Amino acid sequence: MRIGIGLPNTTPGPNPAVLLDWARKAEDGPFSTLGVLDRLVYDSVEPFTALAAAAGATTRIGLATMIAIGPLRGSAMLAKQATSVNGLSGGRLTLGLAVGARKDDYVQAGVEHRRRGAILDDQLAHLRAEHPELPVLVGGGSGQALSRMARYADGYAHGGGPPRAFASAAAKARAAWAEFDRPGEPLLWGQAYFGLGDPDTGSAYLRDYYAFTGPFADTIAAGNLTSARAVKDLVRGYAAEGCQELILLPTLSDPSEVDRLADALGSL
Amino acid sequence: MRRVHILGAGPAGLYLAILLRKANPATEVIVTERNAPDATFGFGVVFSEETLGALRTADPQTYTEITDTFARWDRIDIRYRDRTMSCRGNAFSAIARIKLLRILQNRATELGAQLRFHTEIEDVSALREDADLVIAADGVNSILRRTITGFDAQTGTVGSTYVWFGSDWVPDAFTFIFKQTEHGLFQVHSYPYDEHSSTFIVETTPETWRKAGLDQVSEVDSMAFCQHLFAEELAGHTLRSNRSLWQHFPKIVNSTWSRENVVLIGDAAHTAHFSIGSGTKLAMEDAISLAAALENHSDLRTALVEYELDRKPIVERFQQAAGDSAAYFQRTEHLQDLEPPQFAFNLLTRSGRIGHGNLAQRDPGFVRSVDNWLHGKILSPPPLFTPLELGGLSIGNRVVAGSPETGAGLVIGETVAVTGNGRIHPGSPTLADAGQWPDLVESVHKAGALLGLRLGHAGRRGATHPPQRGRDIPLPADQAWPLISATDQPYGPRSQAPTMATEQELQQITAGFTEGARLAADAGVDLLELDMAHGYLLAAFLHTEFPFTVLEAVRAEWPVDRPLSVRLTVTDYRRGGLSEEDGIALAARLKAGGVDLITVTAGQSVHSDQPPYRRGYLTALSARVRSEANVATLVGGYLTTTDEVNTIIAAGRADLCFLEGA
Ligand SMILES: Cc1cc2nc3c(=O)[nH]c(=O)nc-3n(C[C@H](O)[C@H](O)[C@H](O)COP(=O)(O)OP(=O)(O)OC[C@H]3O[C@@H](n4cnc5c(N)ncnc54)[C@H](O)[C@@H]3O)c2cc1C
Repeated sequence: MRIGIGLPNTTPGPNPAVLLDWARKAEDGPFSTLGVLDRLVYDSVEPFTALAAAAGATTRIGLATMIAIGPLRGSAMLAKQATSVNGLSGGRLTLGLAVGARKDDYVQAGVEHRRRGAILDDQLAHLRAEHPELPVLVGGGSGQALSRMARYADGYAHGGGPPRAFASAAAKARAAWAEFDRPGEPLLWGQAYFGLGDPDTGSAYLRDYYAFTGPFADTIAAGNLTSARAVKDLVRGYAAEGCQELILLPTLSDPSEVDRLADALGSL
Repeated sequence: MRRVHILGAGPAGLYLAILLRKANPATEVIVTERNAPDATFGFGVVFSEETLGALRTADPQTYTEITDTFARWDRIDIRYRDRTMSCRGNAFSAIARIKLLRILQNRATELGAQLRFHTEIEDVSALREDADLVIAADGVNSILRRTITGFDAQTGTVGSTYVWFGSDWVPDAFTFIFKQTEHGLFQVHSYPYDEHSSTFIVETTPETWRKAGLDQVSEVDSMAFCQHLFAEELAGHTLRSNRSLWQHFPKIVNSTWSRENVVLIGDAAHTAHFSIGSGTKLAMEDAISLAAALENHSDLRTALVEYELDRKPIVERFQQAAGDSAAYFQRTEHLQDLEPPQFAFNLLTRSGRIGHGNLAQRDPGFVRSVDNWLHGKILSPPPLFTPLELGGLSIGNRVVAGSPETGAGLVIGETVAVTGNGRIHPGSPTLADAGQWPDLVESVHKAGALLGLRLGHAGRRGATHPPQRGRDIPLPADQAWPLISATDQPYGPRSQAPTMATEQELQQITAGFTEGARLAADAGVDLLELDMAHGYLLAAFLHTEFPFTVLEAVRAEWPVDRPLSVRLTVTDYRRGGLSEEDGIALAARLKAGGVDLITVTAGQSVHSDQPPYRRGYLTALSARVRSEANVATLVGGYLTTTDEVNTIIAAGRADLCFLEGA
């Protein structure tokens, strides 16, 4: 299993200097990929813009959206952004897409929320027809999302949780893949949050970021990996369940978090 | 925590009171219960052996008292037709609910919890203001859950109609009784819980219940009815009533288990189904988990989240098993054609938690008898190695795969298009490849397998890129070919719009299918399959006569001594689409038209549907088609182990299985 790290594009006070510093540290560290999140109505850096900046600051490390909320952008614009980042980075992008979880993002983007599934399907049909070279992952837990993944994508982007939640989602993804008679196996990517330097601030950020989910925000905050031990347990658990790439997403904007995570992984 | 209010003195509330007082005698624990201490509904509750370890660690004293009181047995008896089949090695114990509550009440009192009986709570706000933490242990109709906003319980019912009796008939095994009547099937779940008493639950479908007139009679008369119906089994013993009314089992699912200072445990948070007997166990395990979380974290929120994270996945697994088990007992009427050994095996593996391998460990003799019955010999291999006689053909084993290197008994490859425009993608095989079929037959036979060939027409799902890139990704206009279907609407976004097939085009397609059948027969292909699934051409016409016309033409061409199969979408997984009942009716009609095997699949009739993907998610559908349309079935649905195949075959849920990775 490869391990990637998130760029702090949605953590408090995102600023360009931190993103670039972070990206360079990650490139020098034991990480396969830099991942970004996508959220419109929140203090954050737009994901493709963040990845474009990271592409300029690095040469080796993979870049991924985990995930981008496709329907917030027009199909052609989404393809343009993704292929631009892919081109600028020398083919390092993995495009993770899903419908997202927030209605207010849709309201602000002026996109009809109830059409989100249909729009994403259209975007995927377009991307796969026009840009087959670009690896695509799809996320989401519903039967519909899993069908979408099996129909259009190269693999599945899981939304986070303990290893057994990943295992159950992975089995569903493989089942959908088989039902669509796709050759081989789907790629399986996972994600989790970490915050090692200042766990309380990190968890407070998660409660704020996920406040729209109501009490579920506490559940997400409780899953924050706040010690080397917790990181190691989760990494082992995911590896055992067949995850191919695990993206550890930051909850703090401090670039020393990259070193802390590298240390935690180093002691694995 | 200074003060905790627990609402409800059932197993969950009492056990938590014990554990909280043990953990911290400084915590004031007040349990409020509307009933008297000795009032109880129902009779005995069963525990499975795995539960008990956790109870021992949590409180050795009550563990000893409870287990000393237990009635224990390790056999399940299944009385079906005129036989009793027994399976050993299933460690169970049971206890009278009243005795369990008594033990827990005494222990809670001894540890200093305050138990207030005869006190019904109608206003929950007073409780909330008066305590740091309020425990909703007030059962399925939890007033706390219902009145506090933010709990979003989904409530409903699961399973058939049932009534819970006691009896002085004491079987020495967990006993299922199946009894056919003029009104329909009645079934009993019965188990002893002390030397003199047993629980005796009678269950039937609402239709049978009404036909028998049980909706019209009093509690006393309905007990008399059951007493009479099971007089032979009761052997002179009698049933006892305790508010024994016919009802449906309540279904409670909560996505949120706590709000501010209120937390749900036991039935207030979730229910399972009596047929997997686990409500009490889950309730007591909740208490253990919650007490531990409260002990580990001084921050209340953190503790409640940890409790929920710990319990929810376990509870979800039980609810899945409970739903499967309840659904099984709703459908036993349709399984009455199964021979007793297969019926028993089917029942024991109903919830998906126990398979062939697992049962073989518990009771090797029982499983051997099932295997032997299936195979017809004394020293039989596992079920998947039992040959299948199908439409004049003997298939060596029950595994189907895409290539012969796997050891599968039957090999079915990619769908062969009956016309050039019926291809899914540019590389789809067509009838023009028929020249290679004799060699293919030979190589598959050499590998010890038989060859099946699927004929199809892509309809409006044609002219797409090869599946390496995805499905339904249209070819550019200059590489595509025109599509036809039963509609002029495109299948998916950016898909080419088909034209409605003309009469003449349909005739050409029928001719393509018969030509394919002739070529396959000449090439020595062993089994022929027609594709009527997944929104491809014939599937899109399932509401018309056309697929049956094709079937008739093909059946006339295809040798009578070789099996014909149809791959069928049995349900659409969307509102307003094909229902399971529709699909079963289609399967029955296909069988009447000369089809020997239905390959059960579902979904993809339209671009957007909602399939319930999981391991083996098509198995239950296959079981329905097989028992209700009375036709042999082949099923996939992501089966990855030979144990799953053995279980499905031995239970009669399908006759052949696609094994992934085989
Ligand atoms: C037919 C049937 C068979 C079953 N068989 C089994 C079995 O074999 N094995 C098994 O493990 N489980 C079985 N169960 C399930 C089991 O009975 C429950 O899961 C278990 O009792 C749950 O415990 P609890 O403490 O959460 O709730 P309960 O036992 O329901 O206790 C809730 C308590 O709260 C009290 N209460 C509710 N509202 C108020 C109020 N407003 N004010 C004051 N008090 C209140 C009630 O009087 C009650 O005493 C069966 C259930 C049924 C219906």
